[in-house]
Amino acid sequence: MTYIPISPNERDAMLKTVGVKSLDDLFDAVPKKHRFPKLNLPPALTEMEAASLLGEMAQSNENVREHMVSFLGAGAYNHYVPSVVDHMLRRGEFYTAYTPYQPEISQGTLQAIFEYQSLMCNLTGMEVSNASHYDGATATAEAVSLAYAQFRGKRKKIVLSPTVHPQYREVIRTYSQGMGLEEAGDETSANPNVGPEALISLIDENTMLVVVQYPDFLGRIYDYTNLIEVAHAKGSLVCVVANPTALLMLKTPGEMGADIVVGEAQPFGIPLWYGGPYLGFFTTKKSYVHKMAGRLVGETVDSRGQRAYVLTLTAREQHIKRERATSNICTNQGLLALACAVYMSVLGKSGLQQVANLCYQKAHYAADQLSKIKDFTLPSTEPFFHEFVLACSKPASEINQLLLENGIFGGYDLGKDYPTLKNHLLIAVTEMNSKEEIDSLVESLKEISND
Amino acid sequence: MTEASPKVIEPTIFDLSTPGRRGVAMPASDVPETALPNKNLLRSELPLPELAEVDVVRHYMHLSKFNYSVDGGFYPLGSCTMKYNPKINEDTCRYPGFLYTHPLQPIETVQGNLFLIYELQEWLKEISGFAGITLQPAAGAHGEFTGVLMMRAYHKSRGDEKRTKMLIPDAAHGTNPASVGMLGMSVVTIPSDERGNVDLKALEAACDDTVVGMMLTNPNTLGLFDENIEKVVKLVHDCGGLMYGDGANLNALLGIVRPGDLGFDLMHFNLHKTFSVPHGGGGPGCGPVGVAAPLADFLPAPLVGIIEEGDEETPPLYGFVTPKHSIGRMKAFQGHFGGGLVRAYTYIAMHGPDGLKDISQYAVLNANYLLARLRSTYHVPFDRICMHEFVAEGQFEGSDIRALDIAKRLMDYNFHPPTNYFPLIVHEALMIEPTETENKDTLDLFADALIKIAEEAKSQPDLLHNAPNNTLFGRMDEVKAARELVLCCWLPDNYEMIK
Repeated sequence: MTYIPISPNERDAMLKTVGVKSLDDLFDAVPKKHRFPKLNLPPALTEMEAASLLGEMAQSNENVREHMVSFLGAGAYNHYVPSVVDHMLRRGEFYTAYTPYQPEISQGTLQAIFEYQSLMCNLTGMEVSNASHYDGATATAEAVSLAYAQFRGKRKKIVLSPTVHPQYREVIRTYSQGMGLEEAGDETSANPNVGPEALISLIDENTMLVVVQYPDFLGRIYDYTNLIEVAHAKGSLVCVVANPTALLMLKTPGEMGADIVVGEAQPFGIPLWYGGPYLGFFTTKKSYVHKMAGRLVGETVDSRGQRAYVLTLTAREQHIKRERATSNICTNQGLLALACAVYMSVLGKSGLQQVANLCYQKAHYAADQLSKIKDFTLPSTEPFFHEFVLACSKPASEINQLLLENGIFGGYDLGKDYPTLKNHLLIAVTEMNSKEEIDSLVESLKEISND
Repeated sequence: MTEASPKVIEPTIFDLSTPGRRGVAMPASDVPETALPNKNLLRSELPLPELAEVDVVRHYMHLSKFNYSVDGGFYPLGSCTMKYNPKINEDTCRYPGFLYTHPLQPIETVQGNLFLIYELQEWLKEISGFAGITLQPAAGAHGEFTGVLMMRAYHKSRGDEKRTKMLIPDAAHGTNPASVGMLGMSVVTIPSDERGNVDLKALEAACDDTVVGMMLTNPNTLGLFDENIEKVVKLVHDCGGLMYGDGANLNALLGIVRPGDLGFDLMHFNLHKTFSVPHGGGGPGCGPVGVAAPLADFLPAPLVGIIEEGDEETPPLYGFVTPKHSIGRMKAFQGHFGGGLVRAYTYIAMHGPDGLKDISQYAVLNANYLLARLRSTYHVPFDRICMHEFVAEGQFEGSDIRALDIAKRLMDYNFHPPTNYFPLIVHEALMIEPTETENKDTLDLFADALIKIAEEAKSQPDLLHNAPNNTLFGRMDEVKAARELVLCCWLPDNYEMIK
C-alpha cells in the first residue's frame, strides 16, 4: 500500500524540473557504500491484510471488557468513556493538526487547551495549569525540576513519601540524575504503613520539595494541611500527586495549601491502552508560573477585537532558551488534554459526581465483603476512596494466579514494591465493576480461603 | 475608561454552563450505601460546567472548525513532517484488545501486545541499523533526554568522569541543548560551513577528552545531508565522544541510509513524524531510542524480550527484561503503546521495505521540486540538492516585508505556513517540508501562491502586513497575553443565579 499521490508521468516531469534523471540521483550526498541498504522487513500488506493481522494480535489478548473481571488500578483505571469523547477526538481537524504555532488558524486547539487548563485549576483548587505532560510520573518529576529551579540548586533535598507510586519515584530518580539530590523518606526500610507524620521530622532547611500522594498509593486519604504548614515553615515547597477522580469528592490539595498538584488524568476519558499514551496534569500557584515547564495558553484579543488564545510565556521554553530552558518538553499530550476536557464537559458536574460516588460506594462494599472472609483483613483503618489494601492468608502472587483461573485480575501485588507487604493486594474498584463482579471476587476468595 | 470587551466568537465551556443541565448520566448504584468520609475531608464545592450532550458536541464541533489540519490542506511545517495519517491507523489502535488491556495485567494475558512491541523493536532496529532499542520515551525530546542519560552513564561506567561538554551544531533543534541542560552539562555550539555542513575545523578544535558526544540532526535543519558525515563521526569518536542522532528528519532516510551504518551510536525516532502517528494538536508523540551494542546495557527499563523460547508447537513467551546497567525508568508503564506503537506498526507493516524507500524518495523529490520552483523568487542561502525540506529567506531587498508577513499571507491562500524563524542561522527563515503525501497539483498551487506573494510584497505590501485577511481570526496581541496572563477561566460570579 502506498499513500504517495504522484503518478509516474508526474514524477518524471518533477525530476526534469529538479534537473536529475532518477529518484536515486537525489542522494549523491549519502556515502555510497551505505546508500540504499536492503531492509530485512516483511513485504507490504494491503489495508485489508493489515486490519486482519492487527485484529488477530488484539484478539489474542485477554481484555478487561470482554474477557476478564478486573480489580487492577495502581495508576491506571478502568472507567467508562462516554461515546462523545472519541467522536470528538476523531475529528481530523483536531488530531491531524500540530502544536498551535499559528494562532490565527489554530483557535480550536488553543481554546480547547485553555478550557482544559481551566478545568484542571477548578478541579485541583490551583491557579495555573500547563497544557500537559507525558504522564503522571513525568509530571511529578518535573515538579522536582521546578523546585530545583526555584531554589537555584541551593536546596538539594527532597522528602519523598514511600506511598507515592513506586514507578513515579523511579522516574523522579531517573530525571534528577544530574542534580545531585539527597532523597529521604522512601528508603526500602521505610514502613509504608505509617502516615504522613513520619515525613515531618525529615523536612529541614535544606529541603526543596516534599512529595506526597493523594489518596496515597495504598489508597488512604490523608489531610496534608499540617504537613504542608510544617514544610512551608521550613521554606520548602510541597507537591501533591493526586487522583483526579478522587478530587471530584475530596478536599482539594489547593485548600490544603499545596504548591504544586500533579497527577495522571488517564481516568478522565483516556482508555487503558496497555499503559499509554496517558495525560500528565500539572497545576501550581501563579507565582511559580515562570518556573513551570510545558506549553501554556493565555487569553488575548486579535486585530479585529475578538477574544482569542495564544501560546504564551514561550520564552521559558526550549526553542527560545535552549540549554537554559526550564525543561526540554516540546510535543506533549495535546489530543489527550482534549479528551480530558470533553470527558469532563459531557459528564458535567453531576455526571462526574456520580462517577466519584459510584467508585466510592462500590469500593466500600467490596472492602466490607472481603474483610468478612476468613484470613483476609483490611490492615488500614484510614478512610479510602476507590482503592484499598487487602491482607491475604498467602502470597498475593498465588492468590492472583488462582483468581486468574476464575477470569479475575485480582489486584496489584504490593510485594513487588514493598518487601513487608508480600501478602497484600491493592484492590481498585470503579463504576465499571458491578455488584455481581464484586460478589464473584468475594466468592472466589472464599473458596481459596477454604482450600 | 475601561476597554470594550472583546467580541466572543465561541464562548468557553464555562460560559456555556447553566445550573441544572445534565450531560451523560451514570447508572444508579447497585450496592448498599456507605456513608461518605468525615466532612472535613470533602471538598466544599465542585465548580465545573453543567451542559447537555448536544451543547458539548456543538461546542467542540465549532472549535474544530477553527483549526487548520493535514486532513484539511497542505501543512508544510518544516521539521515536523506533517504527512497524511492513514485512517486505518485510527481503527487498529482502537481494537478492543488494545484499548482495554491494563498495563499491569499478567504477561500471559497480553501476548498480542508484547509481540507487537517486540516486533516493532526489531523493525525499527533494522530500519536504523542499531543493535538495541527502547520504545518507552513519550516524544522526541523525551527520547533525547533518554539518550543523553545513556551517554552519561556509558562514560561513567568506564570511570571517565571528566566528560561534561556536549557538541551541538548551531542549526540544531532547541530540544537538543535543553535536554543537555537538564543534566547540568555544558553546550558547545559548533558552526556550520558555507555549504551547510558541520564546520570541520571548528569541530576538530572542540574535540577533546571532556566531550560527552555530539548531537547531530542529519539531514540537518537546513534539510541538507552532511557531505562530510563520516569525517564528523570519526572526529567525535577519536576524542572518545559518542555520536547522537536527532531522528526528527528520518523521513528523508528510510531505505536510503541507516544511521547506525554511518557510525551513529544512538538516535531517537519520532514515530509521530516519520511513521504517521498523528500530531494531535501537540501530541501525544512517541520517541523510541535506538543504540549501538556498547550502549545496549544502559537502555531504560523495561524492554520487551523473549523470556521463554518457543518451539514448533508453542510460540515464544514475551515479557519484560531489565538491561544490566539500565539508566532507570523514563515514565510509568510501557510507553505510548495504543496511540503510538500500534499506529506505527500498522504503517510499517503496510509499507514493507520498498514502500519505506518510496516514502523517503518522494519526500525528497517533493522538496526538491518546490525548491526548483521557488529558488529564483526566494533566496535560498545553502542552495544544493536538499533532502526532505529546505530553508528559504522570507525577505526581499528594499522591502520591510518579513518572514512572518509571508507566513500570515499564505493563510489567505488557504495554506498552513512553513516553520518560520527556525533554524536560527538563516535570516527570516521559512522552513518548508512538503512530505511525500502531496501531489504535484498541490505543490504547484503552493509555489504559485508564494511567487504571487513575492509580487504582492512589492506592489501591495499592506496585504502582507495586515494578513491574514480572509481567516476567521486576525493577528494576535501576544504582548497582552503575556502581560495580563489570563491562563484560566471560571464559572461567573453570579452563576447560581443564572436561570
